[in-house]
Formats: sequence, C-alpha cells, structure tokens
Amino acid sequence: MPRLQSAAELEKLRKAVLSGRDPGKPCISICAGIGCLGFAGDRVVGAFEEEIGRQGLKDRVDVKATGCHGFCDRGPIVAIYPEDICYVTVSPEDVPEIVSRTVLGKKLVDRLVYSDPATGKKAARPSEIPFYRNQMRLLIGDNTRIDPRSIEDYLAVGGYGALSKALFEMKPEQVLEEIKKANLRGRGGGGFPAGQKWETARKAPGEEKYVIVNGHEGEPGAFMDRAIFMGNPHRVLEGLIIGAYAIGSRQGFIYTRHDTPRLKQVIDRALSTARDHGLLGKAILGSGFSFDVEVHLDIGIFVSGESSALMRSIEGKKPEPRAKYIRTSVRGIWDRPSNLNNVETWANVPQIISRGSDWYAGIGTERSKGTKLISLSGNIVHAGVVEVPFGTTLRKIVYDIGGGIPDGKKLKAVHMGGPMGGSIPERFLDTPLDFDAMAKLGAPIGAGGLLVMDEDTRMVDVTRFFLDFLSHESCGKCVPCREGIRQMLKIVTSISEGKGKKGDIELLEEISEVAGAASLCALGKTASDPLRSTLRYFRDEYEASIR
Amino acid sequence: MDNDKIEEIISRHRGKPGSLIHVLLEIQSENHWLPRDVLDRVSRSLEVPLSQVLQVATFYKTFRLTPRGRHEVQVCTGSSCHVRGSARVLDAVQALLGIKPGETDPDSRFSLETGNCLGCCNLGPEIIVDGKHHGRVTPDKAEEVLKNYK
Repeated sequence: MPRLQSAAELEKLRKAVLSGRDPGKPCISICAGIGCLGFAGDRVVGAFEEEIGRQGLKDRVDVKATGCHGFCDRGPIVAIYPEDICYVTVSPEDVPEIVSRTVLGKKLVDRLVYSDPATGKKAARPSEIPFYRNQMRLLIGDNTRIDPRSIEDYLAVGGYGALSKALFEMKPEQVLEEIKKANLRGRGGGGFPAGQKWETARKAPGEEKYVIVNGHEGEPGAFMDRAIFMGNPHRVLEGLIIGAYAIGSRQGFIYTRHDTPRLKQVIDRALSTARDHGLLGKAILGSGFSFDVEVHLDIGIFVSGESSALMRSIEGKKPEPRAKYIRTSVRGIWDRPSNLNNVETWANVPQIISRGSDWYAGIGTERSKGTKLISLSGNIVHAGVVEVPFGTTLRKIVYDIGGGIPDGKKLKAVHMGGPMGGSIPERFLDTPLDFDAMAKLGAPIGAGGLLVMDEDTRMVDVTRFFLDFLSHESCGKCVPCREGIRQMLKIVTSISEGKGKKGDIELLEEISEVAGAASLCALGKTASDPLRSTLRYFRDEYEASIR
Repeated sequence: MDNDKIEEIISRHRGKPGSLIHVLLEIQSENHWLPRDVLDRVSRSLEVPLSQVLQVATFYKTFRLTPRGRHEVQVCTGSSCHVRGSARVLDAVQALLGIKPGETDPDSRFSLETGNCLGCCNLGPEIIVDGKHHGRVTPDKAEEVLKNYK
C-alpha cells in the first residue's frame, strides 16, 4: 500500500473500498469482545468460517469477528446483515442451521431470538430489543460493522474523514475551538473539560509535547474502554492524531492493559496499517504534520492510571504520583507538556470535528454533552456495555436497558465511579446521568462503571470491598493514604463482622476527612468516598453492628 | 531460561528510554517469573542500578519473584463478581488447592491469584485458568473445572 499523499487520495481509496462492497451481500458479524470470548465466542467464529467454507459460500457471504456489541450478558452475540438480525447465546452447534436457514433461507431460527425474560416477548432486531432500542450508540454503534483488524472497514464508515478535514480545512486553533465549544468533558473520571486541558498543553512552553491515550481502565466493573478500543481502534487513533495536531505534538503514547493480549494485538495492527497508509508517521496525508505513537503496558497496579503516575511508568519507573502544583499538561513525561485523555474521550473527537460542535452540544444536558458509555454490572439481568446520552435517568439504564434485577429481587442501591465513587439508594434512581448531578449525590460518574446491587447486599461489606481493593493499590508514598486506608479498612472489617465499637463511626469520619484533605493524589483523596456515601445513606447498617 | 534469549530481549530494548519495564515484561512472559540472577543480569546489561530494578520488579503486581505452578488460577474478586458471590468461590478454590492467593502448591501444579476485574462482568463470578475464562461459577463448578488441569 503506497502512503496516501493527500485528502483526495484518501477519498479515492474510500470510494474504491465502498464500490467494491455490495450492501445486499450477506454478512455475519460475530462478537469477539472480551465478554463473548468468555462464552467461547472464538469457537463460534471458527464454526462460521468452517461452515461457510464447507458450503462453498466464501465469495457470497462475509464473516467478520468484531469487537464488543455490548449485549455481553447474552453472548456470544451474532448479527446478520443486511436483515439486521441479532441472535443471542449462540453456540458452535447452532452455526450450520444459522447459515442454511437465516443467511441463505432468510428465515429466523426462533430459539436464538432474544426473548424478554419478564414478558416472554420475542425481538429479533436491535431496533426491537429493549437493550439496544433505548440506547444512543454514537461511539459503539459501528462496532458491529467493523473488523478491528481492517482499516478498510473503518474507512467504509467514514473513518479518517475528520482527520483529513482538520489537517486541510482547519488551523490547529480552530480544532481546539471546536472541542471547547462542544464542551467535551474528560471521560476518565474527573470530567475536566478536554478543550481547556488541550489549550494548557498547547500554550505550555517547550518544543516537544506529548499526547497520551489512557487505556489503563483499572477499576473493577469498568470494561467500556476495552470495548471501544478493541472494537474500533482506528477511531481512538484518529481522535488522538487530531488532538496532537491541535496541541502541536509529534509524539503520542498509548498506555493500556497488559492482561488482554488481544487488545495489544489490535492496537499494534491499527498503528502499523495507519503508518502504511500514510495516516501516521512523517507528513500525514501529505500535509506538513508528522506524528507517531508508541505503546506502553500497565502492569497491574491501579494507581498507574493516575496521570502523573502513568507518566512515570511510561518513563520506565515505578508509578508514584506527584503533587500536581504544576499540571501534567505543563510538565509531564520527562517534564515536558503532556496531554492525557482516556480512550472514550479521544473516541469522541472525530465526530465533533466531522459533524460540528453545534451538533454535539445539542446532545446531553446543559453541562454534560454527548453520550456516555456505561459498564453495567452486578445484580442486573443484562450486564454489558451501554451507551446513552447524558441526561438519561439511572432508572432507564437499570430497568429499560438493563432489564432490572434478576430473580424477582428488589433494587437496593447503585454504585457509580468504582473504588473512588459512591453508592446511592433506590430513591435517587430518577437522577439524570450528569457529571455534576451525580457528583452532588456523592456518586460521581467516574469512568462509567455502574454496579447494581439487590436487596441482599450488605452495604458495609461493599464498602469493605472497595477499601480492601484500595489498600492493595495505594502506592504507599504518602502516609494519609497508606495508613488512612489501612485503618479505615480495619474498622469497617470489624463492623462488618459485627464487632463494631461505640465511637467507630465517628473515628471513620475523622480518618476519612484527614485522608481526603492530606493525600497527595486523587487515589488517597477519594479513597474514602464509598465509605462516606454509605455512611450518608446507609448509616443504620453501620449502627446496627455496633454494640 | 537461557542466557541467549535474555540477551536477545535486552539488546532489542537497550538504549531506549523507559526500557526496563518492557524488558522485565518480556522475560517474564517467556519464563513466567523473574529469578534473582536474571534481575542481576538485566541490571548489568541495561546499566540500571539493581536497587531500581528491584524497585520496579517489586512494585508492579504483575512481576513474580517466586516460581509459578504449571497452571495459573485467578479468581476474579472485582466489584461485580463480589456482589454475585465470589467470596464463596474463593473459599472453595482455596480449600480445593490448599493454598492462599499468591501461593503455589508443593507439587507446582497450581498457583492461585485473585484478579481485579478482567472486564467479563457478564460472566461473574468467574475463575480464569491459564487465561481461559470459566463463567457463572459456583463452588461445585469450580471443582469440576479444576479437576481437568493436571
């Protein structure tokens, strides 16, 4: 593949890709996201390839192993185009029947069609299945159409069009202005305005600047970044290149998980095909802009997702955070300006550039724009990856999309924001998903993990769980975090075992206040947030265990 | 692990900034753990003080400084598996294998770890053996699964 030398050559290639494709040609898209792979989704992929070969249909039917479709609970998921049929819990044994009956015979295989566990109502298409119907899938929607190893699939859905527009029709300042006007807020946890961060890095003194994708996703119950990164890597990469252009960076880093080898393979392949196509490297698309990316792996500690710690890790050192009197966007990797955003934030960038900030700002609430990916887990009928516009109520996410609580049990609480988030009781379920509204309740959105808990859950245990997690993840550099978490864990453990003493609750409140005020980084500062939220809303459960 | 392989890994990374972590990761993925003499060698070859090598090797949880069993068992103890009952599964697995998280049995058959969320919350509670996920595990099912690993 000769490197593309201009915007026109990119469009020519896109046209060639599209004209070589017949929209009426049957395509079997099998989810190979981590959730479905756990259900032996790779055996389903193999079975389809074998069956298509056996029936001599290789030229007539496409088979695609894609990234996460989102409906993980009912995996492995198989989508069939052009009819747009969605089959659930498919096993390799179902494959020959799907090929002859549905792909060739255009008839449904009834037992593989989704049926609503409450009503028994069947629904064969995503437009009819409540889980899909109630979402707005701007980010993850393309996943079902894309083989993550194929750059052509990404070009076919308009990929790299935004990059070409940014490079040839916009100045870096204009790109920055669009992101600011769209009010894109960081999806990694803090909800900090991305445009403002970019501007700080752009204006920071220094020739060498870096842009970084934070794909660490270390919090338990969060798997949406992997869904988008493993399913549509070029989209994240395109966002990163556009950001680098706006900021004036020539070197990027991707920091991602070591324990998902497939993710690394997908990213490496996306980088090398982008280089081959002239979308990465020297003089991108023949413009004067050059930029390249290096991959680094996290190696199993939560704190290395914290921005300053992550940058130490990229330098090859142990990931200890530092006090951020000077932001990392001014002094980051090797003390140079370094702009860090998480996977989902970068994935939002291309659509803002191609469709405009006005369009983007029309989605969501007043201060939280666009859509949010949510990892739905816990005591929920349909665990999976969900995408909704900001402003959607938690009730809609849990019941209309998630299908409610299994085994006829009642909902007790939902927890957002992982180990540094909070739990809120059922009565707040009509709260809209919004950075500020959720933070006010003490359950910040964080990265977007939504843990659902039924009536059997003991909130003191859940709090103990998060403190236990953090006690292993604290880097130990500063005392309020290291010792504070340990002491809080000790007290909460004794309360959860029914051995609480008078004065324990007050002591917990005191320690959490000190750890919150005096810790060095966000991990220690917010480590007691789950505790604070459960003390706020479920205090009676603590009191009941104290003699 | 033979010295040529170690030298080959080191020489590919030598001179690049931030190379220490990459080198340790690659050695571990070949050898499953990091013996002390290998760390000495990395220190000399990369010209990084041994104190710094040990600092990195002991800080990150992924690095193993003791030998591993033939099969690696992970019990997910993430938040979703927790509310779905992973504590009972962990108790059962510990009783079955006779070891605690972080340990290897005397026959070097199994090493046990607890893992924090591998992103398959739809499968919870789950155990992962040699990278293969086993979902919706009960104490009985755990026994069924582990029987198959010799």
